[in-house]
Amino acid sequence: MALDFSQIIPALPGLADGMVLTLKLLLLAVTGGVVLGTLLALARLSDNLVLSRLAKWYVNYFRSIPLLLVISWFYLVVPMVLSWITGDLTPVGAFTSCLVAFVMFEAAYFSEIVRAGIQSISRGQINAAYALGMTYSQAMRLVILPQAFRKMMPLLLQQSIILFQDTSLVYAVGLMDFLNTARSKGDVVGLPHEFLLFAGAVYFVISFGASQCVKRLQKRLAV
Amino acid sequence: MNYHWDWGIFFKSTGVGSEIYLNWFVSGLGWTIAVALAGWIIALLLGSVLGVMRTLPGKLLPTIATTYVELFRNVPLLVQLFIWYFLVPDLLPTPLEMWFKQGISPATSAYLSVVVCLGLFTAARVCEQVRTGIQALPRGQNNAAQAMGFTTVQTYRFVLLPQAFRIIIPPLTSEFLNIFKNSSVASLIGLMELLAQTKQTAEFSANIFEAFTLATLIYFVLNMSLMGFMAWVEKRVRIPGMMGGSK
Repeated sequence: MALDFSQIIPALPGLADGMVLTLKLLLLAVTGGVVLGTLLALARLSDNLVLSRLAKWYVNYFRSIPLLLVISWFYLVVPMVLSWITGDLTPVGAFTSCLVAFVMFEAAYFSEIVRAGIQSISRGQINAAYALGMTYSQAMRLVILPQAFRKMMPLLLQQSIILFQDTSLVYAVGLMDFLNTARSKGDVVGLPHEFLLFAGAVYFVISFGASQCVKRLQKRLAV
Repeated sequence: MNYHWDWGIFFKSTGVGSEIYLNWFVSGLGWTIAVALAGWIIALLLGSVLGVMRTLPGKLLPTIATTYVELFRNVPLLVQLFIWYFLVPDLLPTPLEMWFKQGISPATSAYLSVVVCLGLFTAARVCEQVRTGIQALPRGQNNAAQAMGFTTVQTYRFVLLPQAFRIIIPPLTSEFLNIFKNSSVASLIGLMELLAQTKQTAEFSANIFEAFTLATLIYFVLNMSLMGFMAWVEKRVRIPGMMGGSK
């Protein structure tokens, strides 16, 4: 089998569109996941038993089912629930469904990272904040979380790299992300193998490059 | 809200042969387990060899293992699956290619691809755990073994690996659970494992919520039981005198 990569170059603009969708999904999912994950971690660590139980269940639940199942769930369920709420039957589209799925799924993983980060801050910090007259939320917001986030930055970024690769699973619902675009372009020009290999190489270069940067950051942040 | 709930759906006929929907779930679960277990055997064997390679002195073997890990960790699982399923067969010698494409059933060829894919993908992760486990041991263990006149092979076989494997049971457990969850990608190349059967049930019966709820429950119970089982294993093989061990 001879490989012919000459058709990749003319296809680059189309492939770039796929990559834009992938990165957009990634960026929004990471942002949403970190915000929801932080709230979950705070709930998990709170003295309120109901709240911490609920957060624990949430995390255990999402960590024990496959991402692909979550994507399929939300692909079918999100439009239905939204139409019940709004009474509007306009379809919300695969992108919104996938985004909600990723945010909710990744929040479970991010929340464990944030929780470990918070727990790694010494107790003296929060006591000192209280001694200065801060409330719980002030102490968290101004003292604990900024330190915790700095400590867990490498782990959060590492998880985001995993998420970058996992976004390719939106293939299951036909969203035209980078992988799916490459697959369909490859089929159109009759060179599916070359386009698949090219897609794999691009994912590799980005993930590998990003994890090397994270490693360097980790070394710089190490005490 | 006008959704028609029907939890009895699993006992209704699928309209295909004499099967009820529950049969589909059982056979799907069977495929999921068959994929995960076969993949896990490959991952554990290859991952252990690679993990040992990364801790050996010299340059060549550690470099090979490191390259392997970086390659398999930085390409999405789905891309790897497509490569194994669509691309690799075309690279095989013609008789083998024919056998893969025509000699075996589509289910078997999808099964083989996904097992190889998940096995090699997970091996990279197992390798890292094994390496961490070996490196976590006190240097004295290796030195003492050498001083007793053990060869490198003996040192690993009798001293380092038996300890390392017991240390890494918790991370290995989560890799073991991951392979069950990751096996759901097989649904994208047409293997009728649990997720694919769930989707099919949802399509045939229009009882989307019931089908997906059952699938979620199955994965959840599977995970919990495996976790319980691995906790039991961990307890049984604990090394006395170490942090996690008995006194």
